[in-house]
Amino acid sequence: MELELLVASAIGILTAAGMYLVLRLRTFPVIMGVSLLTYAVNVFLFASGRLTIAAPPILSDTVQYTDPLPQALVLTAIVISFGMTAVIVMIALGAYLGGSNDKVNDPDAEEQS
Amino acid sequence: MSLFLIVALPFLGAFLPGIMNNAGRQTCAGVTFTVTLAAFVGLLSNLPTVLAGEVVTTGINWMPSLGMNVNLMLDGLGFFFALLILGIGLLIITYARFYLSRDDNMGEFFTYLLLFQGAMVGIVLSDNILLLLVFWELTSLSSFLLIGYWKHLPEGRQGARMALTVTGMGGLALIGGMLLLGNIAGSYDLSVILQKGEIIQASPLYVPALLLILLGCFTKSAQFPFHFWLPHAMAAPTPVSAYLHSATMVKAGIFLMARLWPVLSGTPEWVIIVTSAGLITMVLGAVIALFKHDLKALLAFSTVSHLGLITMLLGTGTAFGAMAAVFHILNHATFKAALFMSAGIIDHETNTRDIRRLGGLRHLMPVTFAIATIAALSMAGIPLLNGFLSKEMMLEEAHHTILFGSLWLVPGLAVLGSLFSAAYCFRLISHTFLGPKRDDYPAAPHDPGFGMWGPPALLVVLVVMIGCAPFLAEPFVKIVTASLLGEAAEVPEAHFKIWHGLVPALFMSIAAVVGGLIALFLFKPLLRLWDATPRPEAKTIFEGLIEAIVSLTRAIMHPLHNGSFSRYAAIAAVTMVAMGYHAWMTGTVGPATRAPQSAGPVEIAGWGMLVTATVGLVFLHRNRLLSLILIGIVGLMVSVGFVFFSAPDLAMTQITVEVVTIILLLLALNFLPNRTPIESSVLRRVRDGGIAVASGLATFGMAYHFLLRDAVATPISEFHLANSYKGGGGNNVVNVILVDFRGFDTFGEIIVLGIAALLIFALTEALLDGPVRARLLNRTPDQPRAGDMHPMMMVVLTRVLMPVVMLVGFYVFMRGHNEPGGGFIAGLIVSIGVVMQYMASGFSWATTRLRYPYHGVIGAGVLIAGLTGIGSWFVGKPFLTSDFAYVRIPPFEKFELATAALFDLGVFLAVVGAVMLSLESFSRLARRTDMQDSEHPMDIDPSRKGYDPADPGNPKREGV
Repeated sequence: MELELLVASAIGILTAAGMYLVLRLRTFPVIMGVSLLTYAVNVFLFASGRLTIAAPPILSDTVQYTDPLPQALVLTAIVISFGMTAVIVMIALGAYLGGSNDKVNDPDAEEQS
Repeated sequence: MSLFLIVALPFLGAFLPGIMNNAGRQTCAGVTFTVTLAAFVGLLSNLPTVLAGEVVTTGINWMPSLGMNVNLMLDGLGFFFALLILGIGLLIITYARFYLSRDDNMGEFFTYLLLFQGAMVGIVLSDNILLLLVFWELTSLSSFLLIGYWKHLPEGRQGARMALTVTGMGGLALIGGMLLLGNIAGSYDLSVILQKGEIIQASPLYVPALLLILLGCFTKSAQFPFHFWLPHAMAAPTPVSAYLHSATMVKAGIFLMARLWPVLSGTPEWVIIVTSAGLITMVLGAVIALFKHDLKALLAFSTVSHLGLITMLLGTGTAFGAMAAVFHILNHATFKAALFMSAGIIDHETNTRDIRRLGGLRHLMPVTFAIATIAALSMAGIPLLNGFLSKEMMLEEAHHTILFGSLWLVPGLAVLGSLFSAAYCFRLISHTFLGPKRDDYPAAPHDPGFGMWGPPALLVVLVVMIGCAPFLAEPFVKIVTASLLGEAAEVPEAHFKIWHGLVPALFMSIAAVVGGLIALFLFKPLLRLWDATPRPEAKTIFEGLIEAIVSLTRAIMHPLHNGSFSRYAAIAAVTMVAMGYHAWMTGTVGPATRAPQSAGPVEIAGWGMLVTATVGLVFLHRNRLLSLILIGIVGLMVSVGFVFFSAPDLAMTQITVEVVTIILLLLALNFLPNRTPIESSVLRRVRDGGIAVASGLATFGMAYHFLLRDAVATPISEFHLANSYKGGGGNNVVNVILVDFRGFDTFGEIIVLGIAALLIFALTEALLDGPVRARLLNRTPDQPRAGDMHPMMMVVLTRVLMPVVMLVGFYVFMRGHNEPGGGFIAGLIVSIGVVMQYMASGFSWATTRLRYPYHGVIGAGVLIAGLTGIGSWFVGKPFLTSDFAYVRIPPFEKFELATAALFDLGVFLAVVGAVMLSLESFSRLARRTDMQDSEHPMDIDPSRKGYDPADPGNPKREGV
């Protein structure tokens, strides 16, 4: 087995699972799906720095470091995605409490979709 | 005075009338007048330089990389237009002071007027064409506000919308044209562009640039076929019509054509398009004007016609034509503004503008009669008035112009236009003022006070002065013409004279005036003929067009946007996969350059856990609590993966975010149903599965391919690694990137995070204020509550742990610059510590101990980070430049003090505030006012209040 294959397939599986859940009809699975997609996107971005083992970008006597830039970008992405998840959860909650069901689709559009 | 100040004064002054609205109408108008006067005097202070033929320039760089700067220049042409804008502006302000009624909000009016004035002055003084475009759009916007000033009138709103649509569309075309022009010339500065006429006309992009620029000019200056908006804009108050639609805004298109005349004119395309558009507009406008009964509509179409005349003169491409155009701009501004103001006076005093209801006003309003008559006769081209001079120059020019190979086309149409022009002027005079006095005016007419007739009277004095002594205006017009022509042509020798001898232009002039008189006598039969002729109504066509566009948009949008979120998501996913597939099939893939790394059993086991949890989540997602546990496993394995692949910072962030996310979802699940019902059909699930698998395969393929290949270009990370210690003073490159190299990004991100938290807070407030509140109060818990609301073990544990958590947070924060850690992670750790107190000891216990509200914490964080960035301005460095020093305080080891640490503190506070505000908002939903706040942390409730298995429908109280 190659590490590259493992990581790439993990990204693919996370995306597929996330996408499937995003297409569900209730808010909670959609939120779960968005969270899975977030993992997939973050790992994808992180992997764009290529996979390096035991070479963290902490300056020391060694000469080999992994690419630090994707890490910095993903770090803020993780924190921001928490904020965004919280917002959609709040919206979902408000919709449920205000509308008595937790469907994601407009009732009129339900038949056509 | 500096050109900057001349442009800035109206904008700065625009605040004053709005603020001083309550100080009274006199003050309002006074302050507007003073501001304009200051700019006017400032402009005049540059007169000697301009008269000497020099160009005043000034400028600062804005975005040099985009060729964008704030360069202003003042030459003869710019001075001429600025003089018209500010000079007539002064008269209009005086007039408007007396024209507007007590019900009109004068402050608002003058604020809009000054905004417009500033934008216009900006256009004519801009050297940079990108800057000119900004001002150009500003005139469209401010004129929209001015035209729609009487918001209660539907005509005003419709007219404003139409003007904005037409001129805004033209503005878009102009942007395209100007960008092309700048691209050809290699610079966006007019001073450079004007030197490159030959290069521009030789370029293959010349015709598209010309067409786009002309589209902008024609829409702005109401040239056929875009002339229709101007008459509808007459719904504006008369001072606006007099200012925008006679002297200034509609001249902006003319100005631009004049400005670019040296580089754009002279080609066959220019001559054909501009001359014919001008000719058609001139004749069409004059014919329609004759049959309009509304005084302002008549004047509006006559303006359209005169703008056509000027356009035609610019279109001929000769120096004499350009000089005639400049002269006519001056003359038209004087007599037309006077006429508009007279029309406003008549409307003001008689309550009607309908010519059919007027007549015989000569005796009742002698002053207005004198003013309007002189101005109208000048427009008709009667000798000893200025309109005659420029009209004769126009006829002279037309006499020499050959269009489409015909010697007679241009002169013939020019005479026809002048004929109708004379006819409507005569009609205006005779049908309004002459004839018998009537007894059915809607109001008793009389001359207004000096405030209203003074400004047009002043203009009429100019009309007569220039008309009788044209040599007074000649030097000035020639200076303006010289700067218009630039180096493209010499200023013509011809002198301005009333009597040129028996030249063809004189006969053409006589023919036009005589024909005009005949048309007036034949007016009744002509009107019957006009009324009987079917003709397209521009407004109907325009509205039909808009309607068609709207229905087309609806037809496209509605099936796509039907309210089904699932459909949007599916469409987006399929589109992205399809586009990726297209890129894959059409692109090439290089050979693999990286050797794959082999995975051991531990790595495979970790992968197995992640995949199992993910797949399990899909199959078990109906059980919501279980899916939370599964997603926790996924997050945990992702964190472990980060550690394994040399990203300790990411791992720490991921695992702490994981904790707060799960808490958040648990809080939400408290209100949501615990299970997801089965709703979608098998077919639908198969379809969704197909989309999901396709997306997964696409991302898998892409990730797998790039993981085995090196980046096409060398990553910029080399720079970061090399400079992290040298420039940023830290060993942890990730942290240095966050707080130093890309500190501006991080600054933006903490602001976004703060906004997200505030949004959640606001949503909570809205929910608690609305009908949801009652539902929350009457909610029956679906699970038995714990009898022990605040378990003692947990309370003791969290309180003992709190100082330790704080210490860990502090430690992680401090080491962040050199070791894994930093503000983001420390913020999350401290938040978890605080959340634990809420969970263990209860909301009210924690809230009473909260010293600072979380909004304030977010604000303080953003403020500290921002101030740290601003601090570097004081030492002359760009925003967020960091500095550091090593200090040693015995007995401690040497440590580093960096401004970046201060920035990181801002990040820390913003993260703590945002996370806590979000979680607190969620838990507030569960609270109610009538719940007893227990000071004591361990309140055991043996009754397990709130849940009655025998009667689940009976609402009872419930704790947090």
